[in-house]
Amino acid sequence: MSDPLLRLTGIRKSFGTAEVLRGIDLDVAEGDVVALIGASGSGKSTLLRVINLLERVDDGQVLLRGEDISDPRVKPDAVRARIGVVFQHFNLFPHLSVLDNVTLASRHVLRRDRAESEARALELLGRIGLAEHARSYPDRLSGGQQQRVAIVRAIATDPDLLLLDEITSALDPELVGDVLALVRDLATAGTTIVMATHEMAFARDVADRVVFLDRGVIAEEGTPDEVFRRPREQRTREFLARFSEPLAGDPLPRQ
Amino acid sequence: MTTLPAAPSALELDRRRYRRRQTGRSVAVAAVSTVAFAVVVWLTIVNTPGWARVQSTFFDPAVAARAWPRVFQGLLTNLTVLVFAALGVLLLSILLATLRTLRGPVFFPLRALAAGYTDLFRGMPLIIVLYLVGFGIPGLGFTAERPPAALLGTVALVLVYSAYVSEVFRAGIEAVHPSQRLAARSLGLSHAQTLRLILLPQAVRKVTPALMNDLVAMQKDVGLISVLGAVDAVRAAQIETAASFNFTPYVLAGLLFVLLALPLIRLTDWYTARIRRREQMGAVV
Ligand SMILES: Nc1ncnc2c1ncn2[C@@H]1O[C@H](COP(=O)(O)OP(=O)(O)O)[C@@H](O)[C@H]1O
Ligand SMILES: [Mg+2]
Repeated sequence: MSDPLLRLTGIRKSFGTAEVLRGIDLDVAEGDVVALIGASGSGKSTLLRVINLLERVDDGQVLLRGEDISDPRVKPDAVRARIGVVFQHFNLFPHLSVLDNVTLASRHVLRRDRAESEARALELLGRIGLAEHARSYPDRLSGGQQQRVAIVRAIATDPDLLLLDEITSALDPELVGDVLALVRDLATAGTTIVMATHEMAFARDVADRVVFLDRGVIAEEGTPDEVFRRPREQRTREFLARFSEPLAGDPLPRQ
Repeated sequence: MTTLPAAPSALELDRRRYRRRQTGRSVAVAAVSTVAFAVVVWLTIVNTPGWARVQSTFFDPAVAARAWPRVFQGLLTNLTVLVFAALGVLLLSILLATLRTLRGPVFFPLRALAAGYTDLFRGMPLIIVLYLVGFGIPGLGFTAERPPAALLGTVALVLVYSAYVSEVFRAGIEAVHPSQRLAARSLGLSHAQTLRLILLPQAVRKVTPALMNDLVAMQKDVGLISVLGAVDAVRAAQIETAASFNFTPYVLAGLLFVLLALPLIRLTDWYTARIRRREQMGAVV
């Protein structure tokens, strides 16, 4: 059996006296889409930042393709270039054009030349219908367009893994659909994704696996069907009860 | 396709007429009162017993004309010093601000050094730094001859103003939202790249009005290099004053400084207003 793309073992992380992650074990296979769900403050963002080495773990290991990237001898910048991240907001750099945002990592981290980087960026922007905005600045775009550019920027370097942290929760409802449609396209195309989300219907629809995080531990995980339809744990049921509406056949993002 | 705006209603036309009348009236009142005030001040000054003497010692056109070539030459020295000092300040202050953003215990000595530097030179009066640099450095005897006074003056200005300006840059860097740093690092950019490509460009935009104000202030202080004997506009005016026993050359030099500063001051105001407008429009920068 080959290594999973990402393996977390016994991850612990505290801020001061607050223990935010209390022993997380998780495997993500190549091409998997994993949805992290859980109440606000349960540690979803911290876990994503740990995977991307933006937070140093207090204990445990993060293995990417079998390599221990939590080892202090590993260069974090090189690892981060292999992992794309999109946050909730303030992703784009306001002083750079859309094109420069997308080509930044390609040019300055991977050291590809400008022409090659721009060709790739324009192709990706074209795919999401934003090629004509390549020379615009981010403040000319809607929130939904900005998040889609942020996603494209994250995948412009062909990372092994894409991390999404509640990328639609700061958007107006009518802008959410396009962003989720892009994520769905990437998932269908085989991108490995770990996403923290409050969009339960979307998670049920797109994720291969759902992980329910509760106060720093994985309380339950399984297929969307298992977790959403037949939750084993009482706390999972209580958490999901707050999202009664999305589980009863709701408007899904357009295909 | 554009649609023509609807013709304004009679009510709106009436309102516009009223507003125009009101505006016209306000402008007239303001103009008349300003002129009246100026006339009163002028008459008061001109009718003071000492006015004739003051006029001939401070505002003598003949003396001004005689002093002009030398004072103007001096002003060119000021300008040269200003340009070099501004460039020096820009480089040194960005370096200092950068040192102060370094994290981790390894960089403690550098951080402390930069902090000590800014504390020292923000506290010390420029005139004292000028004396120390102007007479201390030549005393060390690096070079056989005394370096030109204008050069020493430039060095002193750079030392003092970099301390202020580095604090402006540091405040600008800290005003960039922390998630911009996270976004940059998560793309794999190094600390140095993040600073150079993401944080500094945004910081510079934020602090440009403050920097331009500092430039205006420095432009005036360039006149202080005359204490080292550099023949700038102030020193030239002093020489002319000594020759003619008349203070008009000082007034001339002062006016030239104002003329030099005006474009920069206007530019600062314009740029500040532009930034404010953009921010009100909801732009992120
Ligand atoms: N940098 C930090 N310093 C201190 N506490 C933090 C920090 N980041 C997160 N926390 C705390 O850790 C807990 C989990 O936060 P987070 O991972 O953001 O949860 P979630 O994304 O699930 O809402 C929260 O209680 C939060 O206050
Ligand atoms: Mg979060």
